[in-house]
Amino acid sequence: MTDKRIRVLIAKPGLDGHDRGAKVVARGLRDAGMEVVYLGLRLTPEEIAEAAVQEDVDVIGLSCLSGAHMALFPKTVQLVRAEGLNDVLIVGGGIIPQRDIPKLKEAGLAAVFGPGAPIEEIIQFIRSRVKDRTS
Amino acid sequence: MPQESEERKKEFRTTVGGSLVKRVYTPEDADPRDGSLPAEHPFTRNIMPAGYRTRLWTMRQYAGFATVEETNERYKFLYKQGQTGFSVAFDLPTQEGYDSDHPLAAGEVGKCGVAIDSLQDMEQLWEGIPLARVSTSMTINATAPMVLAMYIAAAEKQGCAKADLAGTVQNDILKEYIARNTYIFAPAPSMRLLTDLCRYCAQEMPNWNSISISGYHMREAGATAAQEVGFTLANGIAYVEAMIDGGLKVDDFAPRFSFFFAAYTNVLEEAAKFRAARRLWAKIMKDRFGAKNPRSQMLRFHVQTDGFTLTAQQPLNNISRVTLQALAGVLGGCQSLHTNSFDEALALPTEQAVQVALRTQQIIAFESGLADTVDPLGGSYFVESLTNEIEKRASGYIEEIDSIGGALEAIEKGYFQKEILESSYNYQLAVESGEQVVVGVNKFESGDASIPETLEVGAEIEEKQKRRLERLRGSRDNASVTTALEKVREAAQNGKNLMPVLIDATKQYATIGEMSDALRSVFGQYRERGFV
Repeated sequence: MTDKRIRVLIAKPGLDGHDRGAKVVARGLRDAGMEVVYLGLRLTPEEIAEAAVQEDVDVIGLSCLSGAHMALFPKTVQLVRAEGLNDVLIVGGGIIPQRDIPKLKEAGLAAVFGPGAPIEEIIQFIRSRVKDRTS
Repeated sequence: MPQESEERKKEFRTTVGGSLVKRVYTPEDADPRDGSLPAEHPFTRNIMPAGYRTRLWTMRQYAGFATVEETNERYKFLYKQGQTGFSVAFDLPTQEGYDSDHPLAAGEVGKCGVAIDSLQDMEQLWEGIPLARVSTSMTINATAPMVLAMYIAAAEKQGCAKADLAGTVQNDILKEYIARNTYIFAPAPSMRLLTDLCRYCAQEMPNWNSISISGYHMREAGATAAQEVGFTLANGIAYVEAMIDGGLKVDDFAPRFSFFFAAYTNVLEEAAKFRAARRLWAKIMKDRFGAKNPRSQMLRFHVQTDGFTLTAQQPLNNISRVTLQALAGVLGGCQSLHTNSFDEALALPTEQAVQVALRTQQIIAFESGLADTVDPLGGSYFVESLTNEIEKRASGYIEEIDSIGGALEAIEKGYFQKEILESSYNYQLAVESGEQVVVGVNKFESGDASIPETLEVGAEIEEKQKRRLERLRGSRDNASVTTALEKVREAAQNGKNLMPVLIDATKQYATIGEMSDALRSVFGQYRERGFV
């Protein structure tokens, strides 16, 4: 099924309150025709994994600008996979130093979108990867 | 006759969603002019008669990281360099009322500020720095009463009475629901805590700014310049009303209210924004609240250059952006200024980056000549026109918020949140279409990806802080802590001012998480409805 609307969960793990990026991306993906569940902020990795199961999403977008990404992103990926969601595409964004990006990818993030990344690029990336899986 | 040359764009605007800009401005555009001089109501030009000729703005760099040991070392260094104005950045667990060993604090300890769990940490933060001789600004909101209590207790241990303390707590909770998101309780009990603090300061701490009403974070989240002014002053109105409802007279507390704004790169719009904010607040205080004391009418403000405009691409370009933004703050007559470091789109700043940022202010202060006359832009047809327009648009927002029923009601309805999301989304679309140029991001992108070295706060910091906390819990008088926390709960229930009982609990070394939990047990916790 290629006409199925892509479902995306946008969530902010940890205590960071900077939600401009997460909200703007949520809005952009919605305008691009995806179904977006905006889960909000101050979430534990456990809560995000649970929501991913309940909402039956294809993609999870994580955002963190506080510097806690190394503690929170890999753990979220791990918990999501432990729920058996092996095909869900997980991407991240925020204030992420260059040196952390390879480690995050190794931990299972498909991509990291830093400041200045166009929404269009995020949309294209999601479409290419999610279509790959469903076709 | 020379041919009419074609202009670069169909229309010119200050920023996305900002004012339309005409080709040229003439005296008619600048009308009406209020004709006031500096230090005259409505203080459009400056609150002081001689501006920076008497005293330069305070160069106040926001800093804090890791544990109190690392931050104290940085502060002592700055103190020895002659800095007497400190600005404390707290980590998120401290700001949101969690101890460093709480599960939600995992990964956040010491990350975007210093970790403070108890009075013990606060004492050590200021070790070797006489609190009687410095002024301290603390970016703290939901837990402002607890953190101020710790500061007071730490000062007393140094032999400094609270009446002699000088500084500011941000204590601006309403904008937390709109943009910054470090709230704990729902708006109504939060307003109670906020007014308890303001009232306590009005009575006990004559040199303390009990609130810093902030537009900065709303601007960072996407608000336009006019929204920043309108929304900030609308929150200010809510605070003044709450204090008056609590039985205080406006001139008893308003002189200690201060403000905090962002400075974007559009220099003239930003400078005009500060002029407009000063004028509008003076009118509101005089006409709406009947403030007689000129100090109640004076909008005193801190400026921070804008973090959102900094790019991760070609980061050294950010030095130029920060310079322009700092210029706007100085042209607008700010009382204190923080300049961001060029590497902040990547991480917390390194020492070298912080130094460049501070030097930028010093160059403006001592080399540019801009500090030598008051309000150098006054009388510019364009700037006067922009000042009028921002004042008009900001007043429009305030009227709209009034018609919704005030700032609290507007927050509950998601008015601010939706307006800001709309503005930030429009900005993003303008960047993606190329209409808004961001050098190095959507134009003049070079292949050169030189990433400067960034600061790293390692995971061992969290372990170190957790061990400190564990030792504290094992060494303090836990029975006294329990009694003190019970008194906090009682005061929360019976409506007594919470500051005295929080100061007592602090002195027993109750932690920030324990005091927050005591209040949570009475007030509950707030969960936002995500307006997207």
